[in-house]
Amino acid sequence: MAIIHVDGKEHTVDGADNLLKACLSLGLDIPYFCWHPALGSVGSCRQCAVKQYRDQNDTVGRIVMSCMAPASDGTWISIDDAEAKSFRESVIEWLMSNHPHDCPVCEEGGHCHLQDMTVMTGHAERKYRFTKRTHNNQDLGPFIGHEMNRCIACYRCVRYYKDYAGGKDLGVYGSASRVYFGRAEDGVLESEFSGNLTEVCPTGVFTDKTHSERYNRKWDMQFAPSICQGCSVGCNISPGERYGELRRIENRYNGTVNHHFLCDRGRFGYGFVNNADRPRQPMVKRDGKLVTVSADEALLNAANLMKTAKGVVGIGSPRASLESNFALRQLVGAANYFDGHAAAEGALVKRVTEVLRTGPVPAASLRGIESADAAFVLGEDVMNTAPRVAMALRQVARGRATQMAAEKHIPDWQAIAIADIGMHHKHPIFIATTDATRIDELAKETVRAAPADLARLGYAVAHLIDPASPAVADLDAASAVRAKLIAETLLAATKTVIVSGTGAGSESVINAAANVAWALHARGKTVELVLAVPEANSIGTALIGAASIDEAFKAIEAGKADTLVVLENDLYRRAPKARVDAVLAKAKLVVVDHQMTDTAAQAELLFSAGSFAEADGTLVSNEGRAQRYFQVYEPAYYKPETVIRESWNWLHGVRAQQLGQPAVWAQLDDATAEVAAVMPMLARIAEAAPSAKFRITGMKIAREPHRYSGRTAMRANLSVHEPRQPQDADTALAFSMEGHNGVQAGDRPAALTPFAWAPGWNSPQSWNKYTDTVGGHSLGGDAGVRIIEPAANAPKVPAYANHVPAAFKATTGEFLVVASQHIFGSEELSAKAAPVQSRIPAAHVALNAADAEALGLADGALVSVQIDGLSVKLPLQRHAELASGLLAMPLLPGVPFTLTGGKATISGAAGA
Amino acid sequence: MKAILSGIWSNLRSMGMVFTHSWRKRDTLMYPEVPIYVPPRYRGRIVLTRDPDGEERCVACNLCAAACPVGCISLQKAEREDGRWYPEFFRINFSRCIFCGYCEEACPTNAIQLTPDYELGEYRRQDLVYEKEHLQIDGPGKYHDYNFYRMSGMAIAGKPKGSAANETPPVDVKSLLP
Repeated sequence: MAIIHVDGKEHTVDGADNLLKACLSLGLDIPYFCWHPALGSVGSCRQCAVKQYRDQNDTVGRIVMSCMAPASDGTWISIDDAEAKSFRESVIEWLMSNHPHDCPVCEEGGHCHLQDMTVMTGHAERKYRFTKRTHNNQDLGPFIGHEMNRCIACYRCVRYYKDYAGGKDLGVYGSASRVYFGRAEDGVLESEFSGNLTEVCPTGVFTDKTHSERYNRKWDMQFAPSICQGCSVGCNISPGERYGELRRIENRYNGTVNHHFLCDRGRFGYGFVNNADRPRQPMVKRDGKLVTVSADEALLNAANLMKTAKGVVGIGSPRASLESNFALRQLVGAANYFDGHAAAEGALVKRVTEVLRTGPVPAASLRGIESADAAFVLGEDVMNTAPRVAMALRQVARGRATQMAAEKHIPDWQAIAIADIGMHHKHPIFIATTDATRIDELAKETVRAAPADLARLGYAVAHLIDPASPAVADLDAASAVRAKLIAETLLAATKTVIVSGTGAGSESVINAAANVAWALHARGKTVELVLAVPEANSIGTALIGAASIDEAFKAIEAGKADTLVVLENDLYRRAPKARVDAVLAKAKLVVVDHQMTDTAAQAELLFSAGSFAEADGTLVSNEGRAQRYFQVYEPAYYKPETVIRESWNWLHGVRAQQLGQPAVWAQLDDATAEVAAVMPMLARIAEAAPSAKFRITGMKIAREPHRYSGRTAMRANLSVHEPRQPQDADTALAFSMEGHNGVQAGDRPAALTPFAWAPGWNSPQSWNKYTDTVGGHSLGGDAGVRIIEPAANAPKVPAYANHVPAAFKATTGEFLVVASQHIFGSEELSAKAAPVQSRIPAAHVALNAADAEALGLADGALVSVQIDGLSVKLPLQRHAELASGLLAMPLLPGVPFTLTGGKATISGAAGA
Repeated sequence: MKAILSGIWSNLRSMGMVFTHSWRKRDTLMYPEVPIYVPPRYRGRIVLTRDPDGEERCVACNLCAAACPVGCISLQKAEREDGRWYPEFFRINFSRCIFCGYCEEACPTNAIQLTPDYELGEYRRQDLVYEKEHLQIDGPGKYHDYNFYRMSGMAIAGKPKGSAANETPPVDVKSLLP
């Protein structure tokens, strides 16, 4: 703690900070460009100048860059000093001398940091009368638009893209005033985190191209606090809607989870909400065709179907909310409710949940990962299954430089000094996977092996750390050496994260990872676990608990049930096609979904559910954090014929109709409360966000910025007589600009903050106003509630898993099937978004290059693969690093569902 | 008695004054037979104008809608093949408009302009909702010369980078000259 004096006032700040961060954390406004809470200080833009005095008697002072000056005890500065002010005004005038006359046609306008800072400094008139330098733009792919004329050369983009996110293909070229930020040549930006450039860039050089075609200003959008549905990490997002379409997703600050950054799947994968083929009214099948019916008729039909059924089974969904899954469980009865994962995957998710609930080691948040100084990745390709974790792991490696700097008493915000000291030094990360990963460059050592061998390595490491854990019999010499290195390195670290998950398709791998973590814990080390699971609510459905989807199929196959209710689930992604076809042929199918999936297309009765943008619900992330997402807009406002309701609302309605009673749940809180009451493990989910009764000075919280335009015209083409704004019974948010609108930043609970805005701050930089210290935690606590914590009375010696698998032995001509995933394409919903679709790799199968060579199969050759009686023809990819004896089946559109862990044969297909 | 006399006088005087009006100049305007002069800057019916090249001036920046105090303007940005932004639809609900002229003041391209036409009466309120086809005119309105894209740094077909006002040709990034 340090005491600094700003304009004669005394403030207590963190002495380790720089003056800029300290002042911003105090709520004082200093304009800045090149500084960013996650990127540190470089002092290149000269915008954050303040006057610093030697002591209180010094009246002359000198101008310093506040981002480069430490907030040491007894500092005397002035922000309002006339000379400092005119200095800052001049700086922005210079920065603007080449800035084009673009604001009306610039997609940054209205949430532009440069606009905000220009207003803040008071620069209003352009004195520069000479010519402006111009630049040609580049095509950077389907996600990012490029307009180099607008650049003010703050260097934030390359510092983020190269240093923070580890991208290789965005650089800075040219010299002096010709300096150019782009790629060496036109082409798609390779980084999986390129979307953050749109928020990191303080002006309109990098903009969201997916939003461009249907662009609108930030002030015109209706937002809601929401949770990304792209993977199990549960990043907080701020989706914006206009005219009944979801237009853009921006980062929503959560100091424990995603803080400033999202991955591209999460940011650009929202298009499925707007797809034209979505069911927007309930439908029944008549003469083989789905025709729309009224809500009442659909509910009546469903209730009759339930009443006359011989037996009803319900299949839940890991991409649906807890409330929806619970409503289905209640409708069909606990015994007839089944888990929505594929059978094998469901078992793995269950195991992950057990490991987190019963073991002594807590799950790591993204912030928790970033604070570690060693990591061991076992079996999980996190860049493709939980991308944001991969970026957090990069910060683990980068942490070494900060640590080296700290040893030399250099503060953690001195970005250039830290980079110079760190050079190529990294904190140790070990990556053991079946195939190469996109973060291999971070690894001290990489291991490529079959899942069983990965598990054996994990068990061996655990045994070396704590001999009480099971030993691995006849471990080969190379693995023993590796295990020793890994064990010694992890023991030497102060905090370790162990990363694994369901991606390897092997329970042994998860157990081995748990053993390593538990062994470290038993040795008294600080350790956290990251276990990636397949979908946004996988952990939530596992906590509800249900028998495997296989049992549901068996019940129908055995004729015990003849009606199947499927909640937000495409069964063709969960079991082989032949089996799903057979099951659907034997059952009357009721589907509740927001996408026209192959399953939904076969429904007798299809309920038009709300996607995350039209529904409220609670999800549980892989950290065990229950988080609530809120409805962004009411679709019927623009298209009155639309009848979209939350899945839980439909299912509860069917139940009420079936029982002949009025619905018990009038709003989301009733549903959440009942889930919490019935499920002891979910008892705390109501705390994830304030209830619908929450008010600030008697008002709901506005979803729209106070400048929201066009209220009396946007719907006037339908009728000039304006209806009342839609009412939201479920939440404490209003579909309106009326309501509490953040006159003081950070005055709303983090879980109910729909978008970032503070007076004078329209850009995403305004999140700095919502935190206790800039880049820290949300004021009033970060959103969400952790509902899985290690038991307080966990035994000293953990219950180690002890089923060490046998070593993998490749057999000639036969291959072990493993799944592989891709950030674009492997997730069902984002794969329906057009911009993401253009990044999905072509369907293929992959073999180790030497294995393919032995079979005489060339790269790209069409091959025929036989797996359990299923025959598929796909082009072959030779992977240099895929472990020998494995056949990787990517989870991509065009690749049929295959059971992993089975044996496959492969041969060149005719016509290759 | 005094009150009665003064009452009679007052009545006679009033009748006299009314009578003198028979020879005065007529104050009644013969609208609508005779059109009424309004100054050119009168704020009446809103139009969307074209630039001197005959292209739509509106770039769908949304500033008019943001400035509108009654929220009666709504539009959607779209982009033409040649790179120009334009409103896919542009709607003004004249049943809400208060003709304050803020939209015109906010417009950075001089596209939206208020005209002296005030004859907007309709029998049906719905007919007061004007779409783009009702708003777009073929001329430049009050501002004859301004062409936004000649000033903007954005490239459009026929105006590549570096050819707007006060611009140098695009930088050669590979140049090694100081």
